[in-house]
Amino acid sequence: MNLRRTAAMSRKEFTQIRRDPHSLIIVLFLPLIQILLLGYGARLDANHIPVYVLDQEGSQDSQALLKAFQASPYFDVIKAVNNYHALVRAIDADQCKLGIVIPWNFSERLDDAGRTSVQAIVDGTDDNSAQLAEGYAQAVVATYASNVQLEWFGRHGLAQDASNPLSVDYRTWFNEDLESKNFIIPGTVALVMALMGALLSSLTIAREWERGTMEQLIASPVTALEIMVGKLVPYVGIGLLDAALCAVFAVGWFGVPFRGGLGAFFFTTILFLIVILGIGYMISVATKSQLGASQYAVLVTLLPTSMLSGFAFPIDQMPAPIRAITYLVYSRYYVSALKRIFLGGAGINDLVPEIVAMTIYALVIGFFATRAFHKSLQ
Amino acid sequence: MNDVPSIVVDQLVKRFGAFTAVNQVSFEIRSGEIFGLLGPNGSGKSTIIRMLCGLLTPSSGSATVVGFDVARQAEDVRRHIGYMSQKFSLYNDLTAIENLQFFAGLYGVKGRALDERIAWAIKMSGLAGSEQLLTGELSGGWKQRLALGCAVLHRPRVLFLDEPTAGVDPLSRRQFWELIHQMSREGVTILVTTHYMDEAEYCNRLALIDEGRIVEMGTPTEIKQTAVKGDLLLIECSPLGGGLAAIKQAPGVIDASVFGAALHVVVSAGRDPVTELPAFLAGHDVRVGRIEPISPSLEDAFVSLTGSRALSSEPPQ
Repeated sequence: MNLRRTAAMSRKEFTQIRRDPHSLIIVLFLPLIQILLLGYGARLDANHIPVYVLDQEGSQDSQALLKAFQASPYFDVIKAVNNYHALVRAIDADQCKLGIVIPWNFSERLDDAGRTSVQAIVDGTDDNSAQLAEGYAQAVVATYASNVQLEWFGRHGLAQDASNPLSVDYRTWFNEDLESKNFIIPGTVALVMALMGALLSSLTIAREWERGTMEQLIASPVTALEIMVGKLVPYVGIGLLDAALCAVFAVGWFGVPFRGGLGAFFFTTILFLIVILGIGYMISVATKSQLGASQYAVLVTLLPTSMLSGFAFPIDQMPAPIRAITYLVYSRYYVSALKRIFLGGAGINDLVPEIVAMTIYALVIGFFATRAFHKSLQ
Repeated sequence: MNDVPSIVVDQLVKRFGAFTAVNQVSFEIRSGEIFGLLGPNGSGKSTIIRMLCGLLTPSSGSATVVGFDVARQAEDVRRHIGYMSQKFSLYNDLTAIENLQFFAGLYGVKGRALDERIAWAIKMSGLAGSEQLLTGELSGGWKQRLALGCAVLHRPRVLFLDEPTAGVDPLSRRQFWELIHQMSREGVTILVTTHYMDEAEYCNRLALIDEGRIVEMGTPTEIKQTAVKGDLLLIECSPLGGGLAAIKQAPGVIDASVFGAALHVVVSAGRDPVTELPAFLAGHDVRVGRIEPISPSLEDAFVSLTGSRALSSEPPQ
């Protein structure tokens, strides 16, 4: 590989990116837009779930329970209705996600039998929110119930501390507040890299064909390898810049912690870029058309990265066959590395499995990419 | 000029599926020679050039350029040649100087030679003061000379020019040919394709190509003399179509075809057609305006060799 020719190719490619408004938008604005959209849009937490209540009793006890709901940050009790149909209609009309029904004999049974139940109707159209709403509702009721129990014990002269013989204290590491933005935003770096890298690299070879400049390149002594390396080097640089931009934004704007090593961050990013750019380049060689190439490139990089990398949808919760497939998705290792770097404070030494997997991918893709293009008009 | 062949083409064949684009073509070009491939569009000229540049692999036959086999040593060939493809193929989104710097980089031009050659190319193409303009903003003649500059920055021993003056104004075309002749004097071997007859006249030697075959080869003068067997006449008559049909029946007429608004008629030598033919045509209700002997052009040669329509009736690309 001749360095002078490769450098000439890189310089030319960089000048072209600089002069092309479309490429500049992809380089500069796409990462910001994407991280903003995902940072704000793709929240998986449930806060302020709208709640309607049907209090058939209207006693002090029932009001105390509803106050507990009102006090919870997870719920907004927005309306009390006076019949069951109104509650059902409200859920049908999507005015609330949760309906609480307190039976007419709520306090009576609580006093007499010491046990009663309330009905919670959950809108299950969004499985994730429904599960969260159900969980939070149970927690509210459980707290209320234990208060009632304590009171009962107290009234009957029993020791209060007998009530809770055993309990679990949870402590969540790495994402202490269980905020989904901390879970999602590190992964968006992978998404940005995949989209930006694939879009730009898929244009490289196709553009030469479409503009009729390829013939002159083929007739020159520049080799296929020099063309590939020369063309992709500027995109590795741009990719690293964009990755840094995303990280700064994640930390500075969204307050996501960055506890790991910068070296690990940039090293894994380079490995990931090699894979993405190699794929985009091969697609560009195969399709010879800029439009076709960019569409294929987005399909084979963005789709697996957004769906199967564990970026937003936890891999542990996928069905076994899909989970098996994710081992083949190269972005899974980068997303895992990103999360461990941002939240878990990982350095290069802690990321051996991820780095090994990504290195294998980079070598395999790199191998095929160097053989993809032949200097011939045929 | 010396007699060492710079390009040797032997029985070269290129097939695209069932279509044979180049059929058993052989020729040799000496160093410093300007050799032209003349033929209509689609006759296989560009395919020959592309095989010689290593852009296409020959189906059979062989060719060497400065001693390197075009099929097996394509990269060696590429180091020693300059190539200007038919379509303008510099980067429109780079400035003139950036294009020159890019190609200098690809061809390994460095150090003092780099500045010297780029300065030369800018002067040659008349771009002094406009180096920083985007190439896409340059006019046809400038673009073409810039492309030539890019192709010869590395002082190639052989220069391939595929329809170099297509779409360029006549003045720029003449300037361009002066540059070509200057390079030839410096020893550069030049292979050029064209379908312009006047340009073909600038070549030292020509091969006339039709349907993938060489139909005649020689200097422009030789070709014109040998191709037209007999005397050539120009006849203006009306109606033109009726005249053409009638004159093909006239005694002594070998060939006749329409050239512009007149007929070019080949008659066997030793007759007196200037008196015979008007009388013959009058008998067929054709009125003759002007009749005079002319010397054959390359176009006449091409027509009588291939029997095909005149080249210049092709719209320029």
